[in-house]
Amino acid sequence: MGRVEGKVAFITGAARGQGRSHAIRLAQEGADIIAVDIAESIPGMERFYPGATEDDLAETVRQIEALDRRIVATKADVRDFDGLKAALDRGVAELGHVDIVSANAGIFMFGDQTQLVTDSDWQTVIDINQTGVWHTAKAVIPHLIEQGTGGSMILTSSTAGIMGTPNVAAYTASKHAVVGIMKTLALELAPHSIRVNTVHPTGVATNMILNEATFRLFMPDQEHPSQEEAAKVFQSTNALPIPWVEPVDISNAVLFLASDEARYITGTQLKIDAGYTLK
Amino acid sequence: MGRVEGKVAFITGAARGQGRSHARRLAQEGADIIAIDACEDQPNIPYAGATEADLAETVRQVEALDRRIVATKADVRDFAALKAAVDEGVAQLGRLDIVSANAGIGVNPLSTDEIPDEVWKDMLDVNLSGAWRAAKAAIPHIKAGGRGGSIILTSSAAGLRAYANAGAYVSAKHGVVGLMRTLALELAPDMIRVNSIHPTQVDTDMIQNEATYRLFRPDLDHPTKEDFAPASQTMNALPIPWVEAIDISNAVLFLASDEARYITGVTLSVDAGSNIK
Repeated sequence: MGRVEGKVAFITGAARGQGRSHAIRLAQEGADIIAVDIAESIPGMERFYPGATEDDLAETVRQIEALDRRIVATKADVRDFDGLKAALDRGVAELGHVDIVSANAGIFMFGDQTQLVTDSDWQTVIDINQTGVWHTAKAVIPHLIEQGTGGSMILTSSTAGIMGTPNVAAYTASKHAVVGIMKTLALELAPHSIRVNTVHPTGVATNMILNEATFRLFMPDQEHPSQEEAAKVFQSTNALPIPWVEPVDISNAVLFLASDEARYITGTQLKIDAGYTLK
Repeated sequence: MGRVEGKVAFITGAARGQGRSHARRLAQEGADIIAIDACEDQPNIPYAGATEADLAETVRQVEALDRRIVATKADVRDFAALKAAVDEGVAQLGRLDIVSANAGIGVNPLSTDEIPDEVWKDMLDVNLSGAWRAAKAAIPHIKAGGRGGSIILTSSAAGLRAYANAGAYVSAKHGVVGLMRTLALELAPDMIRVNSIHPTQVDTDMIQNEATYRLFRPDLDHPTKEDFAPASQTMNALPIPWVEAIDISNAVLFLASDEARYITGVTLSVDAGSNIK
């Protein structure tokens, strides 16, 4: 018997990286999946790392089906509430219900001191990382309340949702905002036994982090820093002697919070940060 | 394959309540257990202490799961006794991976300016210094294994916020967070993780007693469990009066397991939203 057997999980940003990993981990433990991803490049992000693709989302579908679980995957943008809601509603119609939410979709823009950030960059980050989480919650809450069987929402914040990070203003602001959304939702939804928590990863080994632009954020003096050089600098930010964690480490925390083992955990900020915020 | 298969866990306060539940849950997932408990009434505490029969029952339940357990009557106030118990457990079971510093005493409701010196000292000695002594006794064994490890200190919702008329308890449980954070930094190079858990009210003897009922219902001379439940529920956001010991054990299991291999320095609330109210 899987730890989330018979439940359905709605996951945003599910085409690759942490989102795909969450889908796989929850499916391994018995959940069916409603997956969305923008599955295209986001204007303004070209100088950081490439966006997910429709092929990536198809690969997530393949991996879930290989686990003999069902998945309803839709190309949808968390900035577009109507598109997001339609994707979720279609998933609920096909799979029967929704119990778990992983608001995972997010982007990482950085590199300029706060006063130099452009309006369009600021707005893109806030729209996806902050408003996108609210849209996700807004779309799913009516289903959860109507079902009357509780539920678990897990919002992906960051160590940057707890501490300041120089030259990462919009991202840091958006990830702090996710904590505010979580605490408010946790109070509002507690009477319905719907739990809401955040996860706070340190650097995770995905495309968002493992790219030259991010390496340069940590090593501004080097034009083409290597992953090996970056690993040392990343490691210096953690207490445990590791440069970054793997997507499955965040997925295991999501699974724990999603499962009935955490049936009375709500309003909690769960750090998976190798001690980053202690240092 | 259990989630902590082949590991050994040292648990203080293991005779009953949360400690026994942790022993059973970890054993269900494949761990062997080193258990200690004072097994005596505690001074200035308004409920009966655990007994040797309670500790024997923990042994019986772990052995019924086909796991091994080395149980010793030892008080977390006595470092020499604690160390001897851990050393003997490791000698018999071969290793040490997990620590649950769970032993603790409950609230004797008094306004802080009225707490007698000995009540304050007992509270700090058991609930804070006892966790330090448990860690101190265990750390050399975990380091010697060279495989890292996981130390879980039981704090409380009262380790993150205050409650009136529980000054010594609140202070001790806040202290546990400082201890946890310091140990997490010191032990990170050895991949030994240290975290604290913060339960709201748990349905054990520590809260199910008339003194606790009176703390919550000062308006009644002899409040009952039924009088206490709605008052207790006001602490929580979720519509429940208290959580069960198994809920804390599931959090301990998660932190103890390799699923949490990179989680350290965390205050994990299992508090039904108490901390955000």
